[in-house]
Order: sequence, then structure tokens, then C-alpha cells
Amino acid sequence: MDKIVKDNRAPVSQKPLTMPKPDKDAIGATVGIEINGNPYKVLIGTTILEACRQNNIHVPSLCYHEDLCLAGVCRVCVVEVEGMGTLQAACTFPIINKIKVRTTSEKVRKARRHVLDLMLSEHYGECYSCHRNGNCELQKLAKEYGVDSYKFGHVEKRRYQIDRSSYSVVRDMDKCILCKRCVRTCIDLQEVGVLEAKNRGNNTKITTFMDKPLADVICINCGQCINRCPTAALKANDPSDEIWNVIDDPSKHVVIQTAPSPRAAIGEEFGLPPGTSMTYQMNTALKMIGFDKVFDTDFTADLTIMEEGTELLMRLKKKLVDGDKNVMLPQLTSCSPGWIKYIEHFYPDYLDYLSTCKSPQQMFGSVIKTFYAKEHEIDPSNIVTVAVMPCSAKKFECNRPEMDSSGFKDVDYGLTTRELAQMIREAGLYLPDLPPGNFDDPFGDASGAGLIFGATGGVMEAALRTAYELVTGRPVPFENLDIIPCRGFDGVKQASVKLEKVKPEWSFLEGVDLNFMIAHGTANAKKVMESLVRGELSNIHFIEVMACPGGCLGGGGQPIPTSPEIRKKRAEAIYQEDAGLPVRKSHENPHITYIYEKFLTDGPCGHLSHKLLHTQYVKRGKFIG
Amino acid sequence: MIKNKSILFNRENLGDCLARGLSKTPQDIIMEIRESGLKGRGGAGFPTGTKWMLAAASLSNKKYVVCNADEGEPGTFKDRVLLTDFTELVFEGMVIAGYAIGAKKGFIYLRGEYSYLLKQLNEQLQKMLKDNRLGKNILGKGIDFEIEIRLGAGAYVCGEETALIESLEGHRGEARNRPPYPVNTGFMGNPTIVNNVETFVTAAIIMARGGEWFTKLGTGKSKGHKLISVSGDCEEPGVYEVPFGISINELLKMAKAKNPKAVQVGGASGYCACSNEFERQISFEDLSTGGSIMIFNQSRDMLHILRNFMEFFVEESCGQCTPCRIGNVKLLEGVEKIERGDCSLSYLRELIELGKTMKIASKCGLGQSSPNPFISIMTNFEQEIFSQR
Repeated sequence: MDKIVKDNRAPVSQKPLTMPKPDKDAIGATVGIEINGNPYKVLIGTTILEACRQNNIHVPSLCYHEDLCLAGVCRVCVVEVEGMGTLQAACTFPIINKIKVRTTSEKVRKARRHVLDLMLSEHYGECYSCHRNGNCELQKLAKEYGVDSYKFGHVEKRRYQIDRSSYSVVRDMDKCILCKRCVRTCIDLQEVGVLEAKNRGNNTKITTFMDKPLADVICINCGQCINRCPTAALKANDPSDEIWNVIDDPSKHVVIQTAPSPRAAIGEEFGLPPGTSMTYQMNTALKMIGFDKVFDTDFTADLTIMEEGTELLMRLKKKLVDGDKNVMLPQLTSCSPGWIKYIEHFYPDYLDYLSTCKSPQQMFGSVIKTFYAKEHEIDPSNIVTVAVMPCSAKKFECNRPEMDSSGFKDVDYGLTTRELAQMIREAGLYLPDLPPGNFDDPFGDASGAGLIFGATGGVMEAALRTAYELVTGRPVPFENLDIIPCRGFDGVKQASVKLEKVKPEWSFLEGVDLNFMIAHGTANAKKVMESLVRGELSNIHFIEVMACPGGCLGGGGQPIPTSPEIRKKRAEAIYQEDAGLPVRKSHENPHITYIYEKFLTDGPCGHLSHKLLHTQYVKRGKFIG
Repeated sequence: MIKNKSILFNRENLGDCLARGLSKTPQDIIMEIRESGLKGRGGAGFPTGTKWMLAAASLSNKKYVVCNADEGEPGTFKDRVLLTDFTELVFEGMVIAGYAIGAKKGFIYLRGEYSYLLKQLNEQLQKMLKDNRLGKNILGKGIDFEIEIRLGAGAYVCGEETALIESLEGHRGEARNRPPYPVNTGFMGNPTIVNNVETFVTAAIIMARGGEWFTKLGTGKSKGHKLISVSGDCEEPGVYEVPFGISINELLKMAKAKNPKAVQVGGASGYCACSNEFERQISFEDLSTGGSIMIFNQSRDMLHILRNFMEFFVEESCGQCTPCRIGNVKLLEGVEKIERGDCSLSYLRELIELGKTMKIASKCGLGQSSPNPFISIMTNFEQEIFSQR
């Protein structure tokens, strides 16, 4: 238990139960219980809610979220346990002995309705003017319980100002029902700790340090809180009105790039099951909406691999051959803007470990406004670049002042998957019914390596596919190029690949075990960084870090809801699409060869690359002004 | 000071409680407490022996004893008297409990407003350390136990044992989910017993007097004597030691109350009895109390009293669970509606139903008991309240 206290910043009241789940077949591991008069067998330590859901017994819940520690505060999931005077929250009650549960009694029904009526009495706003209309857990419960009036009144006037200070996350505390999912996400899941409850009783509100605007605190913009908010208290900063304006402006050449993850998830916004890939239908939709060109961010993901892979090999050479002490290893990936802001705030002295590569989104922005503009003879000042991302932090990233190496704002708007779905609906389109469409040239289709950037471990896998082949001249020694140790949802993964029979120019790498680590979610990134600080990672060469659990496919701009199961499905869709692509290595993408031949003529990490595709970071620290 | 003649809280012929306690085995102490039928004196009435037994049975090399001296229930001040007059028995009770369950560390969670007692408590701790009645190898019996005093910061909810533990750990005072209970997962995740001041003193006295003697006091299910803080409209307010089973009428007589109309048993979160209930008993079987009796005479406006109570709960709800956070506000607004004369009877019924939900659906004892005054006053005094408006 002491260990858990150290590992985990949530109060004990909100921690997951510590009881180890025994092996299913062990003696005494299961316990027979009765729910609504029917017998069931469950593992000891299972909560009532889990037991009910395993057996298809409906119990409504609100503050409970599969990804988060337990709160037991909303009291929507209360059930009757025989022998106990009060109702018990099903989500927090561990089954350790034979209990009899009723989920449907009069007391339960009345209590849930009362709880709901109370929440509605404090919840401001009307559903039809709310962006979560149709996807709100409170609204769903109100329907389930047949709420047709505000029994205990309703908030008539706004009490809070909406906090629009952040480029990424908008907070409207008038919609907050104090389920604390955002607090648990921020403190416990991500270990950032920007949001916390302040004041007591009915004055309780979720707020930031000293009530500062979100832009002024150490928020990393990951948007995980948005994904877990049951109502509309948190949302991404939506630029779609401005995007409509530029689309409707004939003098503007509006291009859009689409990241790998939105296509694996956007179907969910249209009622399709998670894991339905919509890549080519999305292309058609984007064209019909009115974007002039639709590009694939996977192209710059491939470009990232070329740049970042080269950077790694150069670092290895400088370190191993030249003994340069100023070169930092392991090299940390830099594609995830949430992770970048995290390390800038939490480990400002370790920024030299970061790859200097821009993220694929930003690379694309500067390539479009330089290379593409030149090739197509378009005045870059008339080009508007939009990026469809699974991410809320991308909105902040594209507004970083240093992101103007094309001479213009490289990426004008970051658009989330959810916001794009909304635009598609608004355009009068139903995505699943659309015919497939292709990406536009000159960037065309990218490689499968660029595509798998969407899943945790994907950048590493893509980098290995290229780096190994670059160094040895042979493909990575994994069946079908599927580097399985990079895949899956373990918090921190570590593996190595032995470099053997290398090409002469890489002779210093002969026999070297290329050691790499992969972390997703900043809580896991923290674990890795703490090891790095303690000096335990001197044998590691390359670490991939993604700010969001599951990688980009679990990003803060993805369809709501999210759960381990949903993220798994999205990952499957991405890996499946990769497996079916003709080109699966970044360096074999013909458009990549083309851009290095025609534009970035001094090669990866060359002079022009450095100007357009690389960046620097800000030592932010935790000082709050 | 206890106002009447004390039988239980009486040092005559008491002897050395600590020495008597530590001369027994831990199992015998727990058996003795169980046999005595002692129930928690904070109000909830959980059998003390059972609590100690569960903590003793928990496997852990770190266990804790916590004395709940966060006497926050409005109208309760008996723990203050014990902390002042029976300081050494509070500590001795804790040492005995620690020995019984296998804990080496105890905390006193002292109500912030009682910080003036800090000097006296610390002096007593120093004295006991010097006399080898605390610290290492207590009384040469090879038992180690230390006590640390922690001050609360004024939140009522921190009298609830799990919120108290959260506060001890330095977190917001918010109740935890139960189960798991503190006897398994308490302070820092270790087995912890939290008992009221009076429980520890009583346990120490039981060590000296014996559990059997104790069972002869009180009623069938409520053994022993209880300290009661009497306040309100009476000539002799103060702390009284009474046997369980005493009627409200007897108490009123004791405190010389004139023209009493209502008696609030168990503090703000307790039950408001009207005059035709004055024969009811103070006991766990009937009207249970952590020690507060408030007397209201005929001149009092019951709605005003209720408003006071509900304002208190709105202020003191920790705010984490929905029924308590918003429910108490709705009950208070209901009182205000009645004051303005625009509360329909059907809405009042709805509020009483809401109160019943709060009692069973709230996360902790605060929300589970805060509707008590609303329900009891509105039930017992509805006619009076509505006829005055």
C-alpha cells in the first residue's frame, strides 16, 4: 500500500481497490452472489458494477469511468445490498462475500431519480444549444429516467465565465456536475495535476491553481479530460466557424492534412462500431466540404522518420565514435505536442534529449507553404492549412510563435476528429455512405509506417523499419515487418534489436543492441523520465513518448466516449490498414524520395530541413505568473 | 466538569487502568471489551470490541490508533470535559487499544477550536513519557506506543472517520468509499481504529472495573453510562453522566428545563422529539445520541431552529456526493419557501422524500443524517409551522 501511495497521487478515497484479483481457477477465488434473485459467480474483489456489467445487468453510472480510479461520488449507480441500511455505490463496492444485491427496487429507483433531479437543478443550459447534445451522459440518464420537469428547479443564469484562454481546452463550469472525472484524469491518469476541486459543499468547483485561466497554468493540452467529461463542461477550442469562412472565401486556397488516428475513429461519430476505418470516405467528405486539397499527414510522418531516424544515427555516431559529451542519449521523440509541453513544464532541464524534429503536422504546414506553394505557383499568403488531428494539443502547437519557418503561420488551424465530424454533418453528409476518394498529389498515399504513428509504439516501429534497413541493408527481422514488441498497451515497453552485418559506413554500430522504450500517457512518461533523471537509462538509445493513453488514437480530440476496449479497436484498425498497404517503410515512399530530390536537396537533417522541419523548445518549468 | 454524581467517570477506587490493561493479553482485552458490550460513543454505536478485533485480525506490520477528538456536532461538548478532566485516561485508553490491536502509533485528531487544550495535552503526554506510561517499553512490559496530536481545521465532516483519516494524511477532508473499512485500509492504507474520546476513556475504565461490572449498567442493547451535553432552554445546562435508558423527561428534570416544547437528541443531525415523545429513552434501541441534547421551550420558532440546522449542513457538506451537496441546499431552500409562505404541501412531501433518499444514498454519515432534523421537525411540527404563516 505504501508503494501505491508513492506511485499514485490520488487520495486513497479515489484509488482503485488494492485487492489483487486472484487467478480464476484458484480455490476460493470466486464467490457466489445473488443479483435480483439470480445466482452468479464472480471473482473475489469484483465490484458490484463490474459483476452486473459482466452479466448484462444494466446499472446506470456517471462518475465511474473505466480508465479512472474510483470516486463513488455521483451516487447514480446505487444499489441495495441485503443487510445494509444504506444503499451502496455499485462502482466502489467490492464483492468479498456472498451478498444479495437488488438493482431495481423502489428505493433504488427513487434514489437514482432524486440524484438525477438534484444534478439537473444545478446544471445550466439547454440541450439544443449544447455541443454534447446527443452524446451527453447526463442527458441520456434524464431520458432513461423519464425526466420531464425540473423537480427541484433549474439554473436560470450563468454563474461562471467560460474560460476560453487556452488554445486547446475550453472550460464551462456551468455545465459541470462535479463528477471529478477531469480531476482524476489530470491528477491520476496523466499525473499532470492542473485541475482540482476547490471550496466545499455546494460552493465546490473544479478549478486551476489560484483560479488562473487554463492558458496560464501547467496544462499540457492533452484533452484527456475532455474525453472523459460526461457533459459539456470541457470541450476543445473549436475553430470550425473560421474554417468555414476561409472555405467560403474564393481567394483562399484551403488545404487539409489528415492524421492517421482520426480516420480510425471518426466512424464512431456516425454510429459505426469502433475500429471502422474511414480513410477514403473521409477524403471524399473533405472534398465535398470544400477543401481544395486533401493531404495525408502520414507523408510527413514518413518525413519525420527520415529526419528523426537520421538524427538518431547522427547522435549515435557523435556519441559512440566522436565521444561528444554534448550529445544527449536516449533521444526522445517529439511528435506529441502534449508530451512536449509536459516535458517543458516538468523536466525543463532535459529538453536536449528531445529530437529537434517538428511533429508531422508542423512539418506538413511548412512544406505546404514552401515546397507545395512553389511547385503549384500559389502565393503562400493565400494558402490556409488545416490539420485534422486526434488531438487538442495540436491547436496549441500550431499557435506556438516559433512555428512560422515557412515565413507564415505554418498550420493555421488544428481541427479535432469530433469537430471534423461536426463539419461533415453540417455539410449535409453522412460519412459512411460516401464513395471512397484518394489523397491529392504531390504527396499522395503514404507508407504504412506513417500510418501506424497513430498507435503507441508506432513511431518506434516505423523508425526501426527504416533505421534497421538503412544500417544493415536488410529489412527488420520480424515477420511481415510487424515489430510486435512495439505493439500493445503496456504503460512502458522496452525491447532491443541487434544490429548485425551492418553496411561499412555504419561499422561503429556492428553488434550494437539498439535499445528502445515506449511510453504512452504522461503518467508513464513520468516513470521513464524519473529513471532518466536517476541515470538508469544510459543504455537506452531511443524512447517514444506519447502524451495520451494508447497514443494518438486515444487523443483528446477523438470521439467520445473512450475506453481501453475502444482504443484497442482503433489500434486494430490502424495496424490492419498498415498490413494492407503496398509501401510499409517510410524510406520507400516515392514521394519522400521525390521531396529529397527536388526540394530538401541537402538530405535529411540538412540545412533546409533544419530550417523547415526542426524546431527548438521552451524551458517553461512550473512557474505560474 | 461533570455536573451530577458520576459512577462510571469516577476516579474513586479506579486504580491504575493502564497497568491493569497491559497485564492482560491483547486477546483478553478484546474479549473483555466485547463482553462489556461497549458501543462507540461518537454516535454511530458500532461495537468497540468488534472494531478492535477486526483491526487485530488484519495482517499488517503497521497499524494505527486514532482518537477522534473532533467534537464538531453542534451541542456536543462532553469530549472537551473528558479531555480536560480525564486527560490521562484518554491516553491510557489509546495505549491499551494500541496494545490490543498491535499498533505502535496513535493520533489524537483534535478539533481546531480546542487548540487551547494543546498545552495541557502535551504536558500530560510528557508526564506519561517520563513515567514510562508511554513511549518505549511501557511499564516494563515491552510494549511501545507513541501518541501524536494533530489539529483539525474546523471542518465538521472530518469527524467522520474516513474523512478524518484523509485529513490526517493531508488531503481534503472527504469521506472515503466504504468498504474497505479503516480497520483494513485506514491511515496510509494500514489497519486503523478510529474511536471517540469517550470510548477510549470508557475502555480504560472497563480495564479497571471489568466488563461484567459494566454490563450491569444501562439497558439490554446499550450497556454502560453515557455523557450527555445538555444545552438550550434550561437552568442547568452542562455535561451529565446518565445511564442508558434514561427518558427525555428525566433529563429535562435534571437540567431544570421549563416549558420545553422540543428536544433535539443527537445534535444538529439528530432527531427532534416533540412533547408527547418525552417518555422515549436515550439508548441505541430508541433515540441514540453521540452526546447532545438541545432543549427548546415554547417561545422558540421551530422553523427558525430548522433553518439554523440546515444552514449548518449546507455550510459543512464536503461537496463530493450529489445527495448531500445539493440535497441540503434544496432542503434549506424549502425552509425559506415555507418562511415566505410559498411552499406547497406537495413540494414539502417531495422534500421529505428527498430527505429519505439522502439518508440512504449519501456517501457518508454527514449526508445520511443531515436530513434528520428536516424530516423530524417537519413531521412533528408541521401544523405549528404552517399555522404560524
